[in-house]
Amino acid sequence: MTPLDNLSSLQHYIPDAALASFAVLIVIVDLFARGRGKTAVGVVSIIALAGAGALTLWMPHTGERLFYGMARQDGLAQTFKLIIVGCAAITLLVSLRTQEVAERLRGEFFALMLFATYGMFLMVSASNLLTAYLGVELASISSYILAGFLANQSRSSEAAFKYVIYGSVASGVMLFGVSLLYGMAGTTDIALMGERLAGAHPLALTIAVVFLFAGVGYKIASVPFHMWSPDVYEGSPLPVTAFLSVASKAAGFGLTLRIFRDGLGAEALLASVDWPLFLALLSAVTMTVGNLAAMGQKNVKRLLAYSSIAHGGYLLMGIAALGSGDSSAPTAAILFYLAVYLFMNLGAFFVVMHLAEPSRLGSEEMPAYRGLIRRSPALAIVMSVFLFSLIGLPPFAGFWGKLYLFKSVVDASLVEGGVNGHNFVWLVLLAMANSAISLYYYFAVVKAMLLDRGEEETPVKARPMFAFILLILFLPTLLFGFFTNVDDFRVDEAPEASASILDE
Amino acid sequence: MDYLTLLWLVPLVGMGVVLLAPKSFSRLISLAATGVTLILSLLIWNAFDSSVAGHQLGVDAEWIPQFNIRYLVGVDGLSLALILLTAVIAIIGVVASWNIGAETHKEGTEKAYFAMYLLLVSGMFGFFVALDLILFYLFFELTLLPMYFLIGVWGGPRREYAAIKFFLYTLFGSVFMLVAILALYFQSGAAGARTFSIPELAAMDLPVQVVNWLWFGFYLGFAIKVPVFPFHTWLPDAHVEAPTPISVILAGVLLKMGTYGLVRVNVQVLGSAGESLWTFLAVMGVVNILYGSFCAMAQRDLKKLVAYSSVGHMGFVLLAVAARTPEGINGAIFQMVSHGLLSGMLFLVVGVIYVRAHHRYIVYPENEAELEMYHIDQSKAGRLGFGGLATSMPVYTGVMTIAFFGSLGLPGMSGFIGEALSLMGAWRVYPTLTVLAAVGILVGAAYFLWTIQRMFLGKTNPEWAGLPDINARELIALVPLAALVIALGVMPSLATDLSKASVYGLEVVQDMLAKFANL
Repeated sequence: MTPLDNLSSLQHYIPDAALASFAVLIVIVDLFARGRGKTAVGVVSIIALAGAGALTLWMPHTGERLFYGMARQDGLAQTFKLIIVGCAAITLLVSLRTQEVAERLRGEFFALMLFATYGMFLMVSASNLLTAYLGVELASISSYILAGFLANQSRSSEAAFKYVIYGSVASGVMLFGVSLLYGMAGTTDIALMGERLAGAHPLALTIAVVFLFAGVGYKIASVPFHMWSPDVYEGSPLPVTAFLSVASKAAGFGLTLRIFRDGLGAEALLASVDWPLFLALLSAVTMTVGNLAAMGQKNVKRLLAYSSIAHGGYLLMGIAALGSGDSSAPTAAILFYLAVYLFMNLGAFFVVMHLAEPSRLGSEEMPAYRGLIRRSPALAIVMSVFLFSLIGLPPFAGFWGKLYLFKSVVDASLVEGGVNGHNFVWLVLLAMANSAISLYYYFAVVKAMLLDRGEEETPVKARPMFAFILLILFLPTLLFGFFTNVDDFRVDEAPEASASILDE
Repeated sequence: MDYLTLLWLVPLVGMGVVLLAPKSFSRLISLAATGVTLILSLLIWNAFDSSVAGHQLGVDAEWIPQFNIRYLVGVDGLSLALILLTAVIAIIGVVASWNIGAETHKEGTEKAYFAMYLLLVSGMFGFFVALDLILFYLFFELTLLPMYFLIGVWGGPRREYAAIKFFLYTLFGSVFMLVAILALYFQSGAAGARTFSIPELAAMDLPVQVVNWLWFGFYLGFAIKVPVFPFHTWLPDAHVEAPTPISVILAGVLLKMGTYGLVRVNVQVLGSAGESLWTFLAVMGVVNILYGSFCAMAQRDLKKLVAYSSVGHMGFVLLAVAARTPEGINGAIFQMVSHGLLSGMLFLVVGVIYVRAHHRYIVYPENEAELEMYHIDQSKAGRLGFGGLATSMPVYTGVMTIAFFGSLGLPGMSGFIGEALSLMGAWRVYPTLTVLAAVGILVGAAYFLWTIQRMFLGKTNPEWAGLPDINARELIALVPLAALVIALGVMPSLATDLSKASVYGLEVVQDMLAKFANL
């Protein structure tokens, strides 16, 4: 497909453009809003997100190359955008009345959420490393501020500061990787780059790929770029934590898929840089470190932060399984997993958030959860189901996500000459052993809620609005696997490389 | 709707009704639900044609067509006996749970208890009727959650430890099983023509090296469930902490899920695995028999003794399965049913004494270290231990004697037939191991007789002289089991006729017969 020029690109860019315009609009409207008007600003933001989501769903995504080949509107971008916008909308919905963010700052909060979402849109639709970098930066900078939103809490300031330092180093390294790749390929177009890199020096190429991965690895919190995430997740306001752990991770995976599927999937390239093995090892270390670290946690929010590192590790398996072979099955498995992860992880974080409010438990520590079943049976059971699903126990949605993901890795490994000559069945075994390990710490929470007896017996009530949102997340967690399957998440194959106008 | 779907659906619906209905109706609803499943299983028995080798009464519907995951259920000779066993144990478990709230000092939790109980029953039935590997795995795992809560909430003092240990062990085993299932699927044909269906997979010729790996993967999953030494350590903990009805279910049905899985997958689908793997299985069987029996002999806690005796008795099943002769597989199925009934009896019998005396120590713990080991309060030390119970509880002693003698393999009861058939089947293939296994029967007789002697005969411990005898409700639970144990002991053909055709229909059994015909 030939790249479109700026003007004819616009008609295909309506959803993203609408989102960006609304973000700017909200900054302006917020200047005039007072008191209850701030809630109205929030409602407008949610409508903006819902509109962007509906437009994304409704617009045909047939692989148009926009803006002289800088972005691509294809099925991959579409599915990722829906996951991201869904996460953002639900997060805004719960934070409409959050006590964590001071009322006079809420307008900025909503605007920043929209900017971050737009940055993530850019990341997942990038077909050029420059757009990708632009997206990473927009998403990151908005997230830095969001993480530090509780300016009078040292925990939050520390989180933002850590996030900024790690983020800027990672994106700097990534930029260096991009420049190396540009030096070797003479282009920043992802698909074209893969074609031109075939004869490159293996060592230089390996270094460039590793550096490039630093940028996305930090977004998906892969070891060794994960250090920021527990502190940031713990210190940020809880809606931000939930948003970062799902949307930011999804966007990171979108970009990773773009780079490794569209750009580095050529067989000739794999001979000089063995990235499937590199990613498989990272995936193994990430899931193991995440799970082992989660075991010792007594703070439920921090526990979920480590668990989300582990889930990043599972997802990385799918990228490692891409290799040079059939990319559609692992891609679909990753998308399915992320969709499931959206429901179960957001759900778990929101329950923690709701319980942490002073009128309820007022704490995120495990001991406060003791005997919750007596105080609020519904919240305790719903939270348990989210945790069961995160473990991957059948028949909950998380099980199906894992099943399809593992199946795609087994299939890719056993097929003749698959995954660059490596057999990743060991990785699947390790991932499953990790699921068994994760049972231990998730069940520590379940045990506290359902089995232990707490000192307090006063009932805990959930706000009706919140109960409704939880129901939206709970039902798919329960039934997702029965009504849909990984094949519904199949998107088009990696595109053929073709020169963009910038390169000619 | 067909019988087999109803079999797992009725308890599941029952669970929903329990949750919606008032607390006081929970046990009645559960009794009704398990009663319906008992009737359903009898109807299945009635409709079952025992001369057919393949599965019958089946349903085969598309579920996830892209991967050829099917809703495939059916019953054959390998599963019918276990379905009947599950139905019997399930309803007896409800009877034994009648006063569960009061007995476990958790009044007011009946609703949650029976909901979990019915979910467990649903999972067990589903597992025995599933013939698609994904469905099979789903139901296998479905039993874990309710079991965790049943032990973890209504169990003894160390219930939480025991529950999580049970869960972790089983989940860890199923790790290998799931990967083996996925690999088996991959090996079953070219892309687009692959299958999870057990009957279809059984008819395929798979490459031998692959089969060996898959065999071992499934073995690990099932071995932890059985449990096979050295994965057995969760079992005594789980049994000691679980409330009586849950122990009955655990020993009566859940352990059989492991051995049934071995027959269903390792024998039926992966029967062509290398000879050394089968020998390995036979050796593990004998290790189980001897190790379990000697451990049982060393126990002072009656429930722990029974738990270890289960480890031993499941060893006979393993040995018989490993032999792959018709008598062996038949014997294995028979022994599963027989042990299900007998271990159910044994745990009920233990429960009867525990409810009255609030302890289960056969004899006095002797020193401080031992008190600590059993978590006994020092002040209670002198009051523990039994003796001469036969004078104060004659009926109870009678019932217990039936259970004990049945378990030690007295001819005329089902235990004897199960062990004899198993050894007969194993003899042709593994004569040396069979002799060793027979030693296990001797040890079994020794510890059961010794226990009778210590608890029911001899000097009376004055502390426990006035215990009331067994009551009507407890008898209602125990008598049907005793009757079945004796009926199967006198007329083993009741069970063996069901499985004969299916056993002869197994490819690996035919191979073994051909091998012996050539000798």
